[in-house]
Amino acid sequence: MRSPISRRHFLKTSFFAAGTAIAGTGTAKAAGTFDTETEPLVTLIDISRCIGCEECVYACKEANAHKFADPKKPFPKMYPDRVPVEDWSGRQDVTDRLTPYNWLYIQYAGATTKEGEEITLTIPRRCMHCQNPPCVKLCPWGAAKQEKNGLSRIDSQICLGGSKCNKVCPWDIPQRQTGTGLYLDLLPAFAGNGVMYKCDRCYQKIEKGEQPACIEACPEDVQTIGKRSDIIKRAKDLAKEMDGHIYGLDENGGTNTVYVSPVPFDQLVYDTGRGRPHMHPVKDTMADGSNLAIAMAIAPIAGAAAAIGKYYRQMKEEA
Amino acid sequence: MNYHFKSRRMVYGLTLFFIALSGFAQMPIFKRYYIADIPGLGWLAQFYVTHVIHYALAALLMGFCAYVAFDYFLHRRNSGPKKSQITENTKMTISAWVKAGALSGLIVTGIFMVVKNLSGIYFYHGVVIGLDLLHLVFAMVLLGATAYTWVRGRSWIF
Repeated sequence: MRSPISRRHFLKTSFFAAGTAIAGTGTAKAAGTFDTETEPLVTLIDISRCIGCEECVYACKEANAHKFADPKKPFPKMYPDRVPVEDWSGRQDVTDRLTPYNWLYIQYAGATTKEGEEITLTIPRRCMHCQNPPCVKLCPWGAAKQEKNGLSRIDSQICLGGSKCNKVCPWDIPQRQTGTGLYLDLLPAFAGNGVMYKCDRCYQKIEKGEQPACIEACPEDVQTIGKRSDIIKRAKDLAKEMDGHIYGLDENGGTNTVYVSPVPFDQLVYDTGRGRPHMHPVKDTMADGSNLAIAMAIAPIAGAAAAIGKYYRQMKEEA
Repeated sequence: MNYHFKSRRMVYGLTLFFIALSGFAQMPIFKRYYIADIPGLGWLAQFYVTHVIHYALAALLMGFCAYVAFDYFLHRRNSGPKKSQITENTKMTISAWVKAGALSGLIVTGIFMVVKNLSGIYFYHGVVIGLDLLHLVFAMVLLGATAYTWVRGRSWIF
């Protein structure tokens, strides 16, 4: 399902293409072995360079095909009836949204340039790999994990498919496939509903010091991956150069995916819905918990102080 | 049973009930089984709400446990002329030791889980799974022991 829409025309006429072409090449293709001990890896996505060719989409599918579900049918009956069966196994070629078999898709966004020209931007969309990912931190079974290099991924051997990760993700990224995974060996009728899938940033390739498939396959060098400090600097420089805008620096407390766009993100017009994430500002969803952690540190001290105070008052009265 | 003791029991009971409820709500079960559809219980299906409630009640429970533990040991060990009498009257029952052990386990695993949830903290995956399961096991032990002592009318102390 390759998109028939091409953005080459826009690129040819865009007012920043030349500058970003120079800025975009560098760390990404030359990265080789990653230093993942000192800093997380961050991906910079330069929207102005993307032509919507979907090479990244198909490269992702190919590199991760061995991780996709192969559910056995018929699926076990689940109770109560409201539990949804989510089966994408017969629609594995869908590429216009995120699915358990499509972890990266191209989102089309209408925009108007400062010059008043109406353009269509194409934006590679996938997991943002949050710095403090709620999908990982709030998974009740520890099925999702975050690695030191900043990527987050879901262990398909452990995931029960409860879809909590989808509900707590500000972008609703993880997608469920019913009829596969550990729940089948437990209580398939009463608990669980498959496995959740999302971009794992080609961890198997990163481990070998290789680029994620989507970055490797891109003919336009849209994506750059590298150490957080380097990529953040590069994103800011790029935004300054094109008088552009950055998404991902502060969203959900900061993500390890940073988009740079020539058009403000709040002016982009695109389809959202299931499997089609937005690009709105996102507050830090884990901040309330982190603030309450301080209260938890203080509470036992306050409790102990109250008991000691009470004891001394009683001792004084007895004396 | 004096007023002070009754208030302590009520605070502990309410905290335990709601912290257990918000704890189980971390699993996606209340919506599936229509419990969140009951008027007034919709919040049980809102994961960030139950997360914050669970944390806030955990702070309250830890403060309460610290207060009771210090109160207990200070009075038991340093009671002046009444020491022998108080010591005899404040021996913990077996079920109390079970509950205290489960509470301690919950608090310790809970602390690690809170730390794990902070930004920039990475735990080994097996440790995270172990903490999740241990926390659940300690909760079940505590709830089981609490139900048993409630039905049998057993107290924390003789």
